[in-house]
Amino acid sequence: MFFPDTFKVSTPSDREIQVTRDFDAPRRLVFDAFTKPELVRRWLLGPPGWTMPLCEIDLRVGGAYRYVWRSENDGSHMAIGGVFREVIPLERLVATEKFDDAGYPGEALDTTVFVETRGITRTTITILYESQEARDTARRSGMEYGMAAGYDRLETLLPTFIGERT
Amino acid sequence: MLVMKQSGYGKAISDRLDRTFAALANPTRRAILARLASGEVSVSELAEPFSMTQPAVSRHLKVLERAGLISSGSDAQRRPRKLEARPLAEATEWLERYREYWEASFARLDGLLSELKATEKKHERAAAKKR
Repeated sequence: MFFPDTFKVSTPSDREIQVTRDFDAPRRLVFDAFTKPELVRRWLLGPPGWTMPLCEIDLRVGGAYRYVWRSENDGSHMAIGGVFREVIPLERLVATEKFDDAGYPGEALDTTVFVETRGITRTTITILYESQEARDTARRSGMEYGMAAGYDRLETLLPTFIGERT
Repeated sequence: MLVMKQSGYGKAISDRLDRTFAALANPTRRAILARLASGEVSVSELAEPFSMTQPAVSRHLKVLERAGLISSGSDAQRRPRKLEARPLAEATEWLERYREYWEASFARLDGLLSELKATEKKHERAAAKKR
């Protein structure tokens, strides 16, 4: 069973973005999927047409992580990295996040919380930016990318949707 | 956690979004937009529910106008304001892209988790058989 309807994106404050989703799995599996590089690389692939050639995670307080994605279309890269501030296995992760080529100042702080109820794990990711401007720039650049890729993607997605509905 | 880096693409869109979000970052202006969602409204009608002077309302209207969120209606005498859909549609589209990105990632994660659960069960069964 999947719970796509539990997916929510909200802005709890001027500096935050929060993403919530329930997963039909015990939290030890969800926690693994978020923290073991060989598993992270299976789902955090970036936008369509991108792959994740590098995924390093040193899961301890003060340990670093680094993700690199590559566009198969034009070979361009993007990379993100940071340092863990808090690691409570199965429960809670706090890490800094900074894009190599961020269009906004400062680091953001990611807090990921896993709560399991009867085998279902609610995962809440809260990203705290240094300022409202930083948050809005980060979100806006996401949209620009999306619009650039939109038409290519539409072409690949449409047959899938049509297939699903017939 | 993940947003794409800013490219040179869409500078005009980016500037327009700057103005849209700056204009939306004020509760009175959002309330004015909500009021205009039902149709054209004159400045004096707009001022009423906000217990604000007309000049104060006019200042907010100017910000909204510069952002392209509203325009003046056809009645030259009343100069009612009306909502312009496009900038809001762009702002919504941007939020939608963000959602799409995460939805796609989480759908892949759903698949991965069912696989992990199945693998665990298989190992449990194998272990039970051994005993």
